[in-house]
Amino acid sequence: MCSREDMRDAYGDALVQIGEDPRVVVLDADLSHSNKTDIFKKKYPKRFFDVGIAESNMVGVAAGLSLTGLIPFIHTFSVFAVGRVYDQIRISVCYQKANVKIVGTSAGLSDAHDGATHQSVDDVTLARVLPNMTVIAPCDGIEVRKAVRAIYDHFGPVYLRINRMPVPFVWESMENCQFKIGKANCLKEGSDVTIIASGSTVHLAVKAANQTSKIGMKAEVLDMHTIKPIDEDAILKAAKKTGALVTVEEHSVIGALGGAVAEVLGEKYPAPLERIGIKDMFGESALNWGELLNAHNITVEAIVDAAKKVHQRK
Amino acid sequence: MHSQLTIRSLEEKALAIRRGIIEIMSNGKRGHLGGSLSIADIIAALYFHQMRIDPTNPNWEDRDRFVLSKGHSVLAQYVALAELGFFPREELKEVKKIGSILQGHPDRLKTPGIEASTGSLGQGLSIACGMALGAKIKRKDFRTYVIVGDGESTEGMVWEAAIFASHYKLDNLTGITDQNRLMASGSTIVGSLVSKWRAFGWETKEIDGHNMSEILDALDWALTVKNRPVMLVCNTIKGRGISFVENNVDFHHCALTPEQYEKAVKELSEKGGKNNV
Repeated sequence: MCSREDMRDAYGDALVQIGEDPRVVVLDADLSHSNKTDIFKKKYPKRFFDVGIAESNMVGVAAGLSLTGLIPFIHTFSVFAVGRVYDQIRISVCYQKANVKIVGTSAGLSDAHDGATHQSVDDVTLARVLPNMTVIAPCDGIEVRKAVRAIYDHFGPVYLRINRMPVPFVWESMENCQFKIGKANCLKEGSDVTIIASGSTVHLAVKAANQTSKIGMKAEVLDMHTIKPIDEDAILKAAKKTGALVTVEEHSVIGALGGAVAEVLGEKYPAPLERIGIKDMFGESALNWGELLNAHNITVEAIVDAAKKVHQRK
Repeated sequence: MHSQLTIRSLEEKALAIRRGIIEIMSNGKRGHLGGSLSIADIIAALYFHQMRIDPTNPNWEDRDRFVLSKGHSVLAQYVALAELGFFPREELKEVKKIGSILQGHPDRLKTPGIEASTGSLGQGLSIACGMALGAKIKRKDFRTYVIVGDGESTEGMVWEAAIFASHYKLDNLTGITDQNRLMASGSTIVGSLVSKWRAFGWETKEIDGHNMSEILDALDWALTVKNRPVMLVCNTIKGRGISFVENNVDFHHCALTPEQYEKAVKELSEKGGKNNV
């Protein structure tokens, strides 16, 4: 296996796997090539439907399909997957507990070229505030495959957020990755500071922890793939153990992973927290993704600095 | 063609639905009166004649599906569901009380017989499209019915669904537009719906939504259409059946004074028929 994989490729494969179940139906809004749902379309053409560029209707149709016992997976870019169709998800999906899986691709800043209109900084926050919703952001191709299987097995609305660029593998193998919705995975043990990351930034957190160990700071790393329901036990255990936390996400720090961790700490075990992420602003065009992450200070160096800072605040 | 006996019996059901709506709104309880009264005849035709349903088995896989996209008119549906035995008639007294199974808008998780939760306008037609497509995928022969408001048809999502149903040839879907020409604040701005639905590829028929014979014939005709979805644009009167409520937007969402309530009851009783459904 190569050292990185585009999450979309992993997703396309995983979708075909669960497509063996005739209840699985796939909808896309004119992005099947980019979303890699075209692999499913080729294998199961009678259960694939392109709705055209009409995301609102896609959500409603999916709700109706689910009410007949089918399991619809719907797809568009993350920037459109929640915000553009918020009320449709709120009423037609979440309010009536429709078994719809919403998959947002090109998450965060990963569609660098297209600029702010195609970069999602708010989707996790919006999805997280909805009752009955589960929100998942896997960290690599392996975890994407695990997450797809898990959300297929889970009855109820889910928002799954995946990137568009190749990201390094965090996990060594499928066997090695234990994935349970709502349960954080500890990737590295440590006693001085805890770095909690989700999605595409988890590999940065692991690298940052390796760097802090060189200066004698033992950093623990949690892969918080499920942002809702958030793993409160893991957060509280970490707060009690290290007493200093950093969150990292490719998303606004308001209301998503950083917000969720702050809520848990604030109510149950106050501890110093630094949040790495997009600072209440839109994205912009850049010729490559890395350049954009640097501009928004979502980097290994920034995580190391935040770890030092939060450690001093103890 | 349907027998005079069938038509007369369904007209009585519609009248009883109107009485039931007024009964729910006794003692000053607020409700969406105008739009509930305008669909009473259509609801009677669907629930007491047209749809394949079994109140003793609300989750029967092969039942016909009904979505009230203009969810605020649910009072008419509640009366019909109670009469059919989906829940005890006494529940009608509990409408909108805290903890009630009968919410201000349709809630499929709380109310037996409700197929889809609606209330945020514009979404029900898409849900109905999903049900109709689901039937085709599962090779089931149940039919999906949906009532859309004409005011609601200003929502863009309705037309996304219109394109979808036409493209995917959902000929197991009967759309019904309650064209009462009034939204909450006055006349609708939507223009000619018949020409719009035709332009979107739907087999479209314009009928009198208070003429039971026309309603039944149109519902039957819809079953004969192949490869296209059907839209029945039903001309109705908002508030139909109660003189001072008809065509009066003040009664879109309202409470009746004791005098208005008595007058409404009197007018409906003068129309004959039995007192209950």
